[in-house]
Amino acid sequence: MATTRSADVRRAAIVGGNRIPFARSNSAYAQASNQDMLTATLDGLIARFGLQGKRLGEVVAGAVLKHSRDFNLTRESVLGSRLSATTPAYDVQQACGTGLEAAILVANKIALGQIESGIAGGVDTTSDAPLAVGDDLRRVLISLNNAKTLQDRLKALARIRPGQLVPEIPRNAEPRTGLAMGDHAAITAKEWEIGREEQDELAVRSHSNMAAAYDRGFFDDLVTPFLGLARDNNLRPDSSVEKLATLKPVFGKGEGATMTAANSTPLTDGASAVLLASDEWAAEEGLPVLAHLVDAQTAAVDYVHGGEGLLMAPVYAMPVMLARNGLTLQDFDFYEIHEAFASTVLATLKAWEDPDFCKSKLGLDAPLGAIDRAKLNVNGSSLAAGHPFAATGGRIVAQLAKQLHEAGPGKRGLISICAAGGQGVVAILES
Amino acid sequence: MSDWYRDFANSSFGTTVTKQLGLPRPAVLRRYEPGQPLLPGPAVVGSAGDGRLRDTVSALLRDAGVHVQSPATADGATDGEKPAAVILDATGLRTPGDLVSAHDFLAPAIKRLRASGRVLILADPPGEADSPAQAAARQALDGLVRSIAKELRAGSTANLIYVPAGAEGSIASPVTFFLSGRSAYVDGQVMSVSAAELPAAEDDEQPLAGKVAVVTGAARGIGAAIAAVMARDGAHVVAVDISAAGDRLAEVANEIGGTALQLDITADDAPQRLIEHLRERHGGVDIVVHNAGITRDKLLVNMDAARWNSVMAVNLQAQLDITQALLDADGVLRDHARVVCVSSQSGIAGNRGQTNYAASKAGVIGMVRAWAPRFAERRATINAVAPGFIVTEMTARMPFGTREVGSRINSLQQGGLPVDVAETIAWLSQPGSAGVNGQTVRVCGQSMLGA
Repeated sequence: MATTRSADVRRAAIVGGNRIPFARSNSAYAQASNQDMLTATLDGLIARFGLQGKRLGEVVAGAVLKHSRDFNLTRESVLGSRLSATTPAYDVQQACGTGLEAAILVANKIALGQIESGIAGGVDTTSDAPLAVGDDLRRVLISLNNAKTLQDRLKALARIRPGQLVPEIPRNAEPRTGLAMGDHAAITAKEWEIGREEQDELAVRSHSNMAAAYDRGFFDDLVTPFLGLARDNNLRPDSSVEKLATLKPVFGKGEGATMTAANSTPLTDGASAVLLASDEWAAEEGLPVLAHLVDAQTAAVDYVHGGEGLLMAPVYAMPVMLARNGLTLQDFDFYEIHEAFASTVLATLKAWEDPDFCKSKLGLDAPLGAIDRAKLNVNGSSLAAGHPFAATGGRIVAQLAKQLHEAGPGKRGLISICAAGGQGVVAILES
Repeated sequence: MSDWYRDFANSSFGTTVTKQLGLPRPAVLRRYEPGQPLLPGPAVVGSAGDGRLRDTVSALLRDAGVHVQSPATADGATDGEKPAAVILDATGLRTPGDLVSAHDFLAPAIKRLRASGRVLILADPPGEADSPAQAAARQALDGLVRSIAKELRAGSTANLIYVPAGAEGSIASPVTFFLSGRSAYVDGQVMSVSAAELPAAEDDEQPLAGKVAVVTGAARGIGAAIAAVMARDGAHVVAVDISAAGDRLAEVANEIGGTALQLDITADDAPQRLIEHLRERHGGVDIVVHNAGITRDKLLVNMDAARWNSVMAVNLQAQLDITQALLDADGVLRDHARVVCVSSQSGIAGNRGQTNYAASKAGVIGMVRAWAPRFAERRATINAVAPGFIVTEMTARMPFGTREVGSRINSLQQGGLPVDVAETIAWLSQPGSAGVNGQTVRVCGQSMLGA
């Protein structure tokens, strides 16, 4: 195997994971904060692996939607958990790539021998979202706070206008284009001629795969109930292509619009965490090694001026990582392609199969080619579970690591996650 | 969940009222706490005839720091402090005529017994008697001890241990249990010990140190109490419950420094998954407590198959399947393993509306009895405990009248606590309990049901 990676760098082991069931926005977790969810998720992981009172190398997690008071979200969650209070922590944020990026950061420190163990995670709530006051009102309030005399205070207050009192609600939209992520995805879907039916089929398969996985107990050691929820409440085991065909499109315009509420992920609340370690640490603690994190790659595209789709960055990251590891796209037993939208998954696969695109955009002599669809998202993905932005990476890493472990040693899995801002993260796991 | 009536009866005003009205006066029971002396006072040890255990028991007590008093003489003269325990070695009995000496010893001694005192009788099993007269004398003790238990007040208990010839080496663990606060709610019981090879002496404070213990149904109630007591006694607890109870299970595991395993024990692959988990994470298991149980009450004539089958699957079949798989799996069930199965008073006395539950719980009693010889061959044991009225969230939901009556119809006049069941299970799990095998120990305060 041709590789440019340094041979003396050890691979970080994935010991296991935990998440709380994901809940659609403003449902079961409407009253829960990011810190509540992340703390509960850490405690579930701690209980699963007997980490009570232990000092780990570090805990790295993040949230995409974050209150200003949560500036130290991960550290505060660690302090509220059963881990030793001497476990360091920090926050990261790379939109929907947060969870996977956190795992890569922890894995890299383990690989370099800087730490022996760590937890990577992510959490998001769209229910307990941070509301902000507009810039105009904010300036008034700051000058009010700085005012020294009654006169100054009254002057400041006099600048308040009714229109300023409407709070700014965080939107799932790109600041530079003003377009919702779904609208961006709809543009890409149209470009790549992704049909309605294939999107609906992918969504239905995600639901049925995940429901079956729950039924066979696959998630017994990956999920811990929270606030009365034992399974993701977005999961529709009885979903069918016929039912989905009746839904009206919500993204894109006119005749060609294909993206519905069913083949797009809903706003979701939830948290996930993954325990990573060196092989030695895992052995000392009597803990299993499900898989190793072999390599990872991030990429970004210019979706503002460069003519590339907002969610297409993983397409660019993939060939770089494959080449570095001497692998082809077909050398994998499982593929976990994050289902932000069914059309994103399908456009990604289509791009890798397209000779012109691969040559002109990726600079490849031959396309990466097609994958065996039977190996794709075999235990369900984000269309079924829902997608609490920063929590998705941890869900996928733990889920894939367990799949690989079940399949036996030497199996390879591929992760691809698209993120806002035109970014993407991909990674290779191996059992 | 507090026992409001017991607390009232023990208040100064309540004491007056209950005495005046002749109402029951349930005592605050002496329960075990780490570091506690075996007994809060001296013990009187006597014998009926030439007993062979009196010296052994006296030595055992002295080793445990208990002052051993000589028996009171017939005229009531005694040496000093009131006893906390009265122990009769009745292994010398030959005929019913000898029983008068038991009476002569017990009557004055019990008269002086302290609150939360212990009466313990050791005897040979009636089945191994030389003559019908000797068998009669030995069996007579059964009625004697059960009656004493009913006469005792203030939280005191009376129990009987049958010790066959050759099993003398096995008595330390049961004698210690019955005298200690661990047996607070075990009253009026008759049990047998058998000869067994005892492992090396254990740590008194942490008798389960270094052991790995699986507890099913550990997310709440009695299961959570078992997990906590096991952990207190030094075991690493693998707390098992269904995934829907996973959040409470994680809390239990985190509280006691154990690990949580979400597993539906009735799933086809549950035994295999449990075994793989134990092998991978712990290299094996020392203690398995089959505690998980459900009720689906209905009168038999109204009971559908679903209610019947789900109760049987959880309460009996899962215990059978997991135990069998552990026996079959090479090297997972370690030497000196202990399996403890939770049965129920309903399995002994029956209960209206609980045909399925009572059948499953009676089945457990048959199961441990049948498996005991096989376990003994591997230097392991399998036993059952049968809880009576135990105060849990489940009983808190019962109607007031039913609950009050249910909790009072026993010799201790109160419901037991989950910790009482847990202490009994932890005792059966000790390495030193090697001579207790195939038994069903009731934790019921000598309930009138099925007595």
